[in-house]
Amino acid sequence: MPKKDAYPEVDQILQSYGSDQSSVISILQDVQKYYRYLPADVLTYVAEKLGLSEAKIYSVATFYDNFSLEPKGKYLIKVCDGTACHVRKSGPILATLRKELGLSDQKHTTDDMEFTVDIVSCLGACGLAPVLTVNDKVYPAMTPEKTTALLNELKGDK
Amino acid sequence: MQIATNNNAKYMWIDGLKVKLEGEKNILDVIRKTGINLPTFCYHSSLSTYGACRMCVVEDERGSVMAACSTLPRDGMSIRTNTKKLLKHRRMIMELLLANHCRDCTTCAENKDCELRALASRLGITSVRFDDCRPVRPVDASSPSIIRDPGKCILCGDCVRVCAEVQGMGVLDFAHRGADIVVTPAFHKPISETNCVSCGQCSAVCPTAALTIKDETQLVWDALMDPDKRVVCQMAPAVRVALGEEFGLEAGSLVTGRTFAALNRMGFDFVYDTSLSADLTVVEEANEFTKRLEDGGPFPMFTSCCPAWVKFVEEKHPDLLDNISTCKSPMQMLGAVSRKYWEKPKFKDKETIMVAVMPCTAKKAEAARAEFIHNGKRDVDIVITTQELACMIKEAGIDLPNLPPESPDMPFGLASGSGLLFGVTGGVTEAVIRKCVGEKTSEALQSISYCGVRGLEGIKEAVVELGDKELRIAVVHGLANADALIKQMKAGQIYYDFVEVMACPGGCIVGAGQPVMKNMEIREKRAESIYDADGIAQLKYSDENPQVSAIYEDIRPKDIHHLLHVEYPQKERDA
Repeated sequence: MPKKDAYPEVDQILQSYGSDQSSVISILQDVQKYYRYLPADVLTYVAEKLGLSEAKIYSVATFYDNFSLEPKGKYLIKVCDGTACHVRKSGPILATLRKELGLSDQKHTTDDMEFTVDIVSCLGACGLAPVLTVNDKVYPAMTPEKTTALLNELKGDK
Repeated sequence: MQIATNNNAKYMWIDGLKVKLEGEKNILDVIRKTGINLPTFCYHSSLSTYGACRMCVVEDERGSVMAACSTLPRDGMSIRTNTKKLLKHRRMIMELLLANHCRDCTTCAENKDCELRALASRLGITSVRFDDCRPVRPVDASSPSIIRDPGKCILCGDCVRVCAEVQGMGVLDFAHRGADIVVTPAFHKPISETNCVSCGQCSAVCPTAALTIKDETQLVWDALMDPDKRVVCQMAPAVRVALGEEFGLEAGSLVTGRTFAALNRMGFDFVYDTSLSADLTVVEEANEFTKRLEDGGPFPMFTSCCPAWVKFVEEKHPDLLDNISTCKSPMQMLGAVSRKYWEKPKFKDKETIMVAVMPCTAKKAEAARAEFIHNGKRDVDIVITTQELACMIKEAGIDLPNLPPESPDMPFGLASGSGLLFGVTGGVTEAVIRKCVGEKTSEALQSISYCGVRGLEGIKEAVVELGDKELRIAVVHGLANADALIKQMKAGQIYYDFVEVMACPGGCIVGAGQPVMKNMEIREKRAESIYDADGIAQLKYSDENPQVSAIYEDIRPKDIHHLLHVEYPQKERDA
């Protein structure tokens, strides 16, 4: 159980929504924006402050793919696998990323916490397919070759 | 031909039969009124409607299929409950549920009560066309009371709703989604690491064996078969009004004497009645209440018999721990007192094992609490539920309905009607009022029974005059009701001097260890049976029970407090 007032930033987020139970999703989004994921202790803390059970908030947090209970790497790569990207071969792009970074459908983040690769269902940029984003910066019309080059560039950036 | 009818009346047609609408909240209730028992997994009338299992599907005139549990009845509506389409859907849903379910029926803990198995057979499913592709999910046996086997879960969510809506706890919920969805405590924690109060109501509503009660019958058999052990058994008041159901007797059958006979045949050396220690509780609790009236509080004084309630206060309202009576629960009182009795040097030849038969799953957790372990020895060694006792009686081949009744053993076998009342919500309060009022006439008894403490409403209130004081009393069952009451009390909106709380909705008679209730009338029959047992009891008052006096004479005054009272420490919350 976290100590009271241990999370002043979370308190601020809660306050901005009037600690309203029905705003739980918006609250979790803001919390995730701050921590870049949802730490378990913070989820418990938010549940207590909102008068929800721990299991209920865990239920909400695990329902949406957008919420992550695991810490994300420095570079968050989102590979779009929506219909348009899929038919324009997003699969090989994903395979390249996973191969180069040693990741899989179970393991999304590198051990050095540099890279996370997530699949998203549509980024709303079908005209640019296949598309991926790195920390919300859009990279259009990707190929496996361009992906390798991008990774090398990011690694050099360390 | 049209015949003029009452213009205000509303009707609907079910399988061509005209049915009057009488304020039913969904068409499922209307359908059941006509004698058609539509199957359901996720629908319980006392819980919110969820509409997940789709077993109750019906078809309207236009061929639309809808779930009866979550469709409002409308005037003039016409539906069919059994069409080609519906039978096909129901069978397909069932087949898919079975495809995703463990099929070890012959050895499953739930097998005789399994609703999934019963419905599969009712729908004529004899084979399943789909492969079982479930991931293996481990069984959680961490709790002293409840076993959770996610491999047997059909995701109906009954446990989720009973835990949140009736008990206000919300230990379980759905997590993840789609094919990955599971019912689990937060963060997949084992139940023992959650704030679960062990009430077991989740297992009572679970249609399968995804949630079951920890079976400790083997421990009892081992003790009974060991010639070096003296096995002593106590039986709670609520057991005797429900056990008969497991043997085909009518709901509410009072089988007190036959149960004691069965316990004797099974080989227990001594059988006692927990109703006696309920009498002790009444005397101690009434004295404590009188003392609080003299000392000025703290009020309200909460009852302490229900271990799920005590755990609830520890978890959710630790600031109210001082308001809980310091009396041990009747089970723990009898455990301590009879342990003391059998520890006398003349009985040292054998080790004494204390077994308790309870309607309750939380009692298993209570008996394991550190407060009730002295020098490494528990006051009550093994707690089994009514259902577990039924299994043992059946295994032993004892024909309970036809046993000649026997009586419990002295010195812990004589109980008053007051003690028996502990089995039903309001009973503790009624017994304490009887003791406090002190006027021992049948008129007084009657007026107490009508003062508002009887009945199965969630929150009951009564005002009782005691000397020049008016005492405000509340009787609550269901922990969510208790939570609501506490919030109102904390906000200063209401005030009570005495509050009885039982976790299970109806009191111990519907404890999760009792036989599975097929309908809510069974609850009323069990309650009536408790009142009948009180009605025919020659002794009505706990303080008139000569065995209670004998116990006080037998115990040294300095021992009374630690034998009969307990202080639950404020739990150190991990930082």
